[in-house]
Amino acid sequence: MDLSAINPVLLVASIMISATPILLAAIGEMVVEKSGVLNLGVEGMMITGAVIGFIVAINTGAPLLGFATAAIAGAVLSLAFGVLTQIFLSNQVATGLGLTLVGLGLSSLLGKPYEGQKTVTLPKLDIPILSDLPVVGRMLFSHDIMVYLSLGIVVAVWAFLKHTRAGLILRAVGESHESAHALGYKVIRVRMLAIMFGGACAGLGGAYLSLVRVPQWTEGMTAGAGWIALAIVVFASWRAGRVLVGAYLFGGITVLQLNLQAAGLTWGVQYLSMSPYLITILVLVFISSNRSRSSHDAPANLGQTFHATR
Amino acid sequence: MIRLEKRPQPSKAWTVATPILAVILTMIFGGIMFGLIGTSPVEAIRTIFWDPLFHPQFSGFSRPQLLVKAGPLILIAIGLSIGFRAGIWNIGAEGQYIMGAICGAGAGLALYPMESALILPLMVVAGALGGWAWAMIPALLKVKFGTNEILVSLMLVYVAENILASVSSGLLRNPEGMGFPGSRNLSQWSSSQNLELIPNTGMHLGVLAAFIAVILAYVLLTRHIQGYNIRLTGEAPRAAKFSGVSPARTVLFCLGLAGVLAGMAGLFEVTGPAGQISIDFGSGYGFTAIIVAFLGRLHPVGILLAGLLMALTYIGGELAQLMLGVPGASIQLFQGMLLFFLLGVDVLTNYRVRFGAAEVA
Repeated sequence: MDLSAINPVLLVASIMISATPILLAAIGEMVVEKSGVLNLGVEGMMITGAVIGFIVAINTGAPLLGFATAAIAGAVLSLAFGVLTQIFLSNQVATGLGLTLVGLGLSSLLGKPYEGQKTVTLPKLDIPILSDLPVVGRMLFSHDIMVYLSLGIVVAVWAFLKHTRAGLILRAVGESHESAHALGYKVIRVRMLAIMFGGACAGLGGAYLSLVRVPQWTEGMTAGAGWIALAIVVFASWRAGRVLVGAYLFGGITVLQLNLQAAGLTWGVQYLSMSPYLITILVLVFISSNRSRSSHDAPANLGQTFHATR
Repeated sequence: MIRLEKRPQPSKAWTVATPILAVILTMIFGGIMFGLIGTSPVEAIRTIFWDPLFHPQFSGFSRPQLLVKAGPLILIAIGLSIGFRAGIWNIGAEGQYIMGAICGAGAGLALYPMESALILPLMVVAGALGGWAWAMIPALLKVKFGTNEILVSLMLVYVAENILASVSSGLLRNPEGMGFPGSRNLSQWSSSQNLELIPNTGMHLGVLAAFIAVILAYVLLTRHIQGYNIRLTGEAPRAAKFSGVSPARTVLFCLGLAGVLAGMAGLFEVTGPAGQISIDFGSGYGFTAIIVAFLGRLHPVGILLAGLLMALTYIGGELAQLMLGVPGASIQLFQGMLLFFLLGVDVLTNYRVRFGAAEVA
């Protein structure tokens, strides 16, 4: 094994790339959960975003248009979840699982003709001065626009939840839908908007996988990324800043194991490939073992159905 | 103005009617979907739901397949449904199914080429234990640390798939297989083969086990205190706690049972229809079983019927691929739609739809 083959500058740069899809999906899901809704369909929305983004980008030659359509597709799919759970009052866990199954089926149906094709990917931005800095320039300032957009979304979500009135209402709906309803806030409407935001973010994350990270369409290509995003929300104890840390840590693990494989680590490639999932479990155990803390952090009405009786 | 009014008790009539309504809705919207991808809707629906059973040419082959596919689905769904009733969301049955198959096949292959009538029973036990052990990981973590069982059981599916890839090209690889990945063929070794009990019916030991599981689950849920405790935990967790039901024991029981049944399903599959451990052994039964459990209203008899129906869509889907050139993934979407419609119309079971303005109390 030759560890010197791993270039630290490229390593950090590729961590940012591999963390972006999960970061986007996780920050969206965090907003959904803050409003008191547990949407387990992240995987389904991500993969639908991945396939729609890919199809649009390959047919129009415009990757950004692909991203936009992927966000819309994710939002539309999440709207189905919203209608079922908020209006038809179905069980959120079951509906989320259903959304994942629908998304996986839909994506492989749509993506079949596009398997193995190549698409145009996003160009790396060339930021004056910053990109030319030694080491740091290539590490942090030579990425495509989506990497910076994802960071921007994290900051925006943080500011929205912490410093705006609308953010306060969203949190109130998640903590106690009965009280929020009594105060005259539209619980269902707030939750629907949050669900659609989450869907759009998951769609963007999926499109980043198929348009930048891989960049190809293969069936089932998200390979659990949506579920890992859900785990990261728990890991982050529903805080935007920690979602960022969690996603980048996870991206780091993924890239590191890929690099170790490439550097010629011969024993058990499969054991390296399963490491991200095992580490996710370990992190979940670590977070939840501190029980007094984690139970306070979760929105109090998370996953509960709201039915206005008055 | 349309309002929903919560029923004091779930409606019995709608409990039975909603799955049927959901199937009809799925046929309508599925037909539209097939129309959109350029297949005649009527023909597609007929090929999926009617031809596997009654087509003069194909039904002879596809009818036995019904039980072959329904067996593992029912067996896994029964285990899942008991957990779902208690509010324990094990969605990693696919991993438990794979690990059951690996452990059972491993136990058998360790004794190859010995011949004994005891080998298959030993393999069944090893398979059940393998699935059980894999399900105990989320169960123990939940009991000990309060870790979310949904995420852990699902992460373990990916781990199990990697283990499957590893053993089928390593530990369990057929030494006479000329370097190809995949284990020895267990369905051709007389000590491990799980043959049809009645020729040309598809009825193998796994299907028999599924039928027994249906009966035992029915007895458990309606006649046994443990079943009552499980239902109580799901419907009123606080009441269950006050009446002395230990939440930890319920978690261990429900996940353990689901693991045992999924592990057995994997073992019966690997010794029968699949024949060997190979990289593509995991076929998604563990996920489809979630749909089966809900479609069957988490009731053993309902699951039996739902399992048969879902098996029909599998076989019909293959037939439609063959005859109409419908993409295989459309069947997956079709099954997902079925779950969606079921969850949607379920509102009628628990709520009454009222028209007109709200009355003043």
